[in-house]
Amino acid sequence: MPLSKGFNPMNACINVFMTVLCLLIALPFVLVVIISLTSENSLVQNGYQFIPEEWSLEAYRIVFEKPDPLVRGYLVTAFITVVGTVASLLLTAMTAYPISRMDFRYNRPITFYIFFTMLFNGGLVPFYILMTQYLDLKNSLLALIIPGLLSPFNIMIMKGFLDKIGKEIIESAKVDGAKELRIFFSIILPLSTPALATLGLFISFGYWNEWYNALLFMDNDKYIPLQLLLVRILSQIEFLANSPLAEVADKLAYANFPTLSVRMAMAILAGGPMLVIFPFFQKYFVKGITVGSLKG
Amino acid sequence: MAKTDPSASTAAQPARTTKPNRFRKEWTHLKKNRELLMLALPGILYKLVIAYIPMVGLILAFKYFRYDEGIFGSKWVGFDNFEFLFKAQDAFRIIRNTLGYNFVYIMLGTAAALLLALLLNEVHGRLIKIYQTAMFLPYFISFVLVGYIANAFLDHNAGYLNTMLGWFGLEPHKWYLETTPWIFILPIVSLWKSIGFSTLVYYAGITGISTEYYEAARLDGATRVQMMWRITLPLLKPLVIILFILGLGNIFRGDFGLHYFVPNNVGPNYPTTDIIDTYIYRALTKLGDINSAAAVGFLQSVVGLVTVLTANFIVRRVDKDSALF
Repeated sequence: MPLSKGFNPMNACINVFMTVLCLLIALPFVLVVIISLTSENSLVQNGYQFIPEEWSLEAYRIVFEKPDPLVRGYLVTAFITVVGTVASLLLTAMTAYPISRMDFRYNRPITFYIFFTMLFNGGLVPFYILMTQYLDLKNSLLALIIPGLLSPFNIMIMKGFLDKIGKEIIESAKVDGAKELRIFFSIILPLSTPALATLGLFISFGYWNEWYNALLFMDNDKYIPLQLLLVRILSQIEFLANSPLAEVADKLAYANFPTLSVRMAMAILAGGPMLVIFPFFQKYFVKGITVGSLKG
Repeated sequence: MAKTDPSASTAAQPARTTKPNRFRKEWTHLKKNRELLMLALPGILYKLVIAYIPMVGLILAFKYFRYDEGIFGSKWVGFDNFEFLFKAQDAFRIIRNTLGYNFVYIMLGTAAALLLALLLNEVHGRLIKIYQTAMFLPYFISFVLVGYIANAFLDHNAGYLNTMLGWFGLEPHKWYLETTPWIFILPIVSLWKSIGFSTLVYYAGITGISTEYYEAARLDGATRVQMMWRITLPLLKPLVIILFILGLGNIFRGDFGLHYFVPNNVGPNYPTTDIIDTYIYRALTKLGDINSAAAVGFLQSVVGLVTVLTANFIVRRVDKDSALF
């Protein structure tokens, strides 16, 4: 909007301020990366530093020596992300399409039925009892997939897109004798590819970063997604800090596995790749955000 | 099979509404709409099981739950669970913390995001993208990883915060075992995580403002600061108010991830970090105190509904189009 070109003191101030702010926001990430690349000796002697005394790849070597938990974590997370995203996209589209049809008699009650769950819910206790006692999903991979399958927010985005598809296409298909199911699967779904791609991105992002259900429902060592693996490593710090012998325990922590740098190396190996990939799709996140915040 | 439009068929049959007739008419409607209904059915059943059946479970707040007796078999105990809850200091503490922190997050978040969006709007070209990406980074990581990053600063021995205190000759802190620092740490982390997102919401609002206003103002010789105050801010006001009120509507819903992973779920800092959501989680999974958890959960759901409805009512008054329903 502002068109003035050339040097301008106000612009310069703003740019300096924004640059400093962005550095402050990004520096914590840099610190974690540097910690993972610092030798254990330096960490014990000097604490965490941006410019360590001694660099080292030891932490990564230790992780890759026994990569099983990390590899398993990636496999479990990839599995729930792929299966969850595909199932969720299908279910979301199947639910959003009928309520986007103005000539569908039950479109208003169903819309209310879906969106009411955004305003009111039973809370964690009944949900936990349902999942563990009645559906028997404790320690099941389904417990990580099912809870996130159908969010009203995604239905809203999908419906917003479907509203824009011309009704003539549907009408002419009907004239040709196509049934609703066929119209949906062979006309609506292919036409919705752009919306499905954007939604798929949100949904897979959600599944990839999922930790809540894992924290609630996974308590054995069989299926540990990445995020839960990180939770468990972090909670070892909790155990140490919580101990009445905190003083002694703090010192012991350095002697025990996992060490400080290994901990951060795990965090980077588990969380880093997505942090590099997701920003490439930032554009779509922004789109979703603006849709979501203005209506919902 | 060519289907006729159901609304057209309703118009074709005028109001002959004797009871059996209406019943049969509804049945014809149902048959006509059955295919679309079939499509929606999986979603409907899903919500029934995952969202609506648990609502019935809210009655647990008035029962003494035993796993072997189930939800319906357990004994009714009236308000005993609430009495027990409020006798302990916990209830007051977690409600105060939930409301207090959420209020601070909303205030800080709104003010900072608004300011940054206005500044971002004054920046030219490519730089905007770079700033956006940098501010957006924390949005992409889970709160588990935020916990790690916080630990890089808060670790008692090696943490960077203690290193920085050392520069000024100050004593190191044991952050996880203290209470006061969290009143500042949590809002800072919350702001760090969410600022990119909320700034973009307002920035999108600003870019949606028609350029004609600015052109006209420029012709009249308005300065950029004047335009900011007289055009951008007033036109952004509805959006700000709406998001602010909606935030207040959700004030009973705490941020579990932030309050669980950043303070690292350590007992000594509960007085200033524990919120309703973390309390329920702990009561349910660690302490096995389902009755207190159910009582707090009931309060959270019901009071939460009331606040959301109130917020929506107020939004409707401010700007009808922006209300949720």
